[in-house]
Amino acid sequence: MSKRRTMLDKLWRAHEILCREDGISLLWVDRHLVHEGSHHAFAKLTDRDLQVARPDLTFAVVDHYAPTRDRARIADPKIAGMIDTLRKNAQAHRLRLFDLHDQDQGIVHVIGPEQGLTLPGLLINCGDSHTSTHGAFGALAFGIGATEVAHVLATQTVWQRKPRTMRITLNGTLGPGVTAKDIALNWIAALGTGGAQGHAVEYAGSAVQALSMEGRMTLCNLSIEGGARLGMIAPDATTFDYLKERPFAPDLDWEAAVTTWSTLASDEGAIFDRDVTFDAAEIAPTVTWGTSPEQALPVTATLPDPTAVAPEKAKAIDAALDYMGLQPGRPLEGTPIDQVFIGSCTNGRIEDLRAAAAVLAGQRAKVPGLVAPGSAQVKAQAEQEGLDDVFKTAGLTWAASGCSMCVGMNGDLVAAGKRCASSTNRNFRGRQGPGARTHLMSPAMVAAAALTGTIIDVRRFLGERAA
Amino acid sequence: MAGWTIHQGRAVHLGLDNIDTDQLIPARFMSTPRAEGYGQFLLHDLRSDPEFPLNRHRDVSILVAGRNFGTGSSREAAVYALFDAGFRAVIAPSFGDIFAANAVNNGLLPARVSDDAQAELAAFLAAEPAEITIDLNTRTIALDDRTFPFDVDESWRTKLINGWDDIDLTRQHADKIAAFAACRAFSEPWVFPTASD
Repeated sequence: MSKRRTMLDKLWRAHEILCREDGISLLWVDRHLVHEGSHHAFAKLTDRDLQVARPDLTFAVVDHYAPTRDRARIADPKIAGMIDTLRKNAQAHRLRLFDLHDQDQGIVHVIGPEQGLTLPGLLINCGDSHTSTHGAFGALAFGIGATEVAHVLATQTVWQRKPRTMRITLNGTLGPGVTAKDIALNWIAALGTGGAQGHAVEYAGSAVQALSMEGRMTLCNLSIEGGARLGMIAPDATTFDYLKERPFAPDLDWEAAVTTWSTLASDEGAIFDRDVTFDAAEIAPTVTWGTSPEQALPVTATLPDPTAVAPEKAKAIDAALDYMGLQPGRPLEGTPIDQVFIGSCTNGRIEDLRAAAAVLAGQRAKVPGLVAPGSAQVKAQAEQEGLDDVFKTAGLTWAASGCSMCVGMNGDLVAAGKRCASSTNRNFRGRQGPGARTHLMSPAMVAAAALTGTIIDVRRFLGERAA
Repeated sequence: MAGWTIHQGRAVHLGLDNIDTDQLIPARFMSTPRAEGYGQFLLHDLRSDPEFPLNRHRDVSILVAGRNFGTGSSREAAVYALFDAGFRAVIAPSFGDIFAANAVNNGLLPARVSDDAQAELAAFLAAEPAEITIDLNTRTIALDDRTFPFDVDESWRTKLINGWDDIDLTRQHADKIAAFAACRAFSEPWVFPTASD
């Protein structure tokens, strides 16, 4: 009997040009996505007088440095310079650029799928760790550094050692008010930020299959926060429905493509190097309290007490509580916040905005906040549905699309000492700005926090309303 | 990139787990051209404390850190900051995957050691930095009369020693790459995009 293969085995095999004696494979790259931060890689190319090998497979987008307000005139010369450098590089190498004012502009990990550039069975690289997002479509998608970006630009290939496989299975059904974000924060809290290091994570189980593409993208996006090299989910009808008729999706070849994509799932009985299982029903809305995504707890929990744990663990807890300005042993719920942010490649899609708007509906927020849609298309869709009015009525700022307050490099910052309920992916020290205090949570949880000015369980707001 | 086999230098201990890429270099400095040097940005915001080890000890080239060093983003600037500040090796029980690959691509060794070895090194360096020797040939770290083994991917070890550049290596395979691309275009034509609108 032939060996039962995992999805990683199949995707790897399909892209392996050669494998060296030391076990490192040269892989073909189907899509290469670049952004302003790729300037180091383009500089390397210029230094060596090299051209982009496959401009037809390379796509550029303005996102990390995109101002979300007053775009007509960019005040900060550094930001304007970064965007201009990308424009020059895209022009010099004849790349399709999703520029600041393009109707299809947005965060690279939002527009890839939106445009149908992201497809099952592809190998997708981008100089950004959250490239794992695209794995939601059954693609082999991983972030790379500038040297590797230069290599892909020059050769359309990447050298990699095949990661080990890990399956995270979520059985059962998520409760009301519990989302893909909570699944992710929950497993990262359980296994640690290095929990999946060296592994390709495949998500499986009924609670994963039940997720929309938006939810699957959120889940795969956060794989990197658990240390995984990449995340992936077997493509199915949900995947195909999402992709059909997207601008770059197959058209005449659609049936043939779907037939091929349907063979990508791991074979029944395939063996993974690690297998971890969670019960979806046991997951509560989850919030980070510290400075690492692993420092996350159910919103109903109390903050950890460093005196109650081993000394080597106490130091990290102490340092995190100190930076976050929190008291040990206090309930997480009720912690006052200063502001909110909804957006990012993790939770800036239409479903995320709908979930937040459903909680806010017609009410006024107690704290200020910013909503930055993940793409210009998401923005247009939200406006068509009247979601922008909900956010504006709540007193929140409705902005243009980009990485915004997630990355601290485009002018959207949280001030030192301020506490932000955020739908983003990293609560690292200074991530949202020097001294900023970030609490990661789902968009609906952020909306609930906005209404009360405190961290609060969104399930209190669901009432008669459907989750 | 210049290769190296043995590095002798002063090691400093940074007693923290999960030193993430945003701490290694805050985002606001990443628009700087590399030629201007990134050393001044290394762990910038932690260095506002005058007692921070890197403020007290200059002349150091090896960093001993806690688990999961370099977790977070793919920003190679985190490695540039370490390298430009004079570091040639980081010794830790574990590393962020992308950070470690970036490090090797710039001649910086991510040396993985056991928790016990890390603890011993930490104890040795607790008071002040000390001279240690890292040998890529034997995969060992020597200080005083003691020797600790370290792990590094075999292909990375070779790359560090030879200072190899991947683009040059890959271009030797140009024919195979072209053949692969042609075959892929034939069997799965839809993977080569043409926008329909």
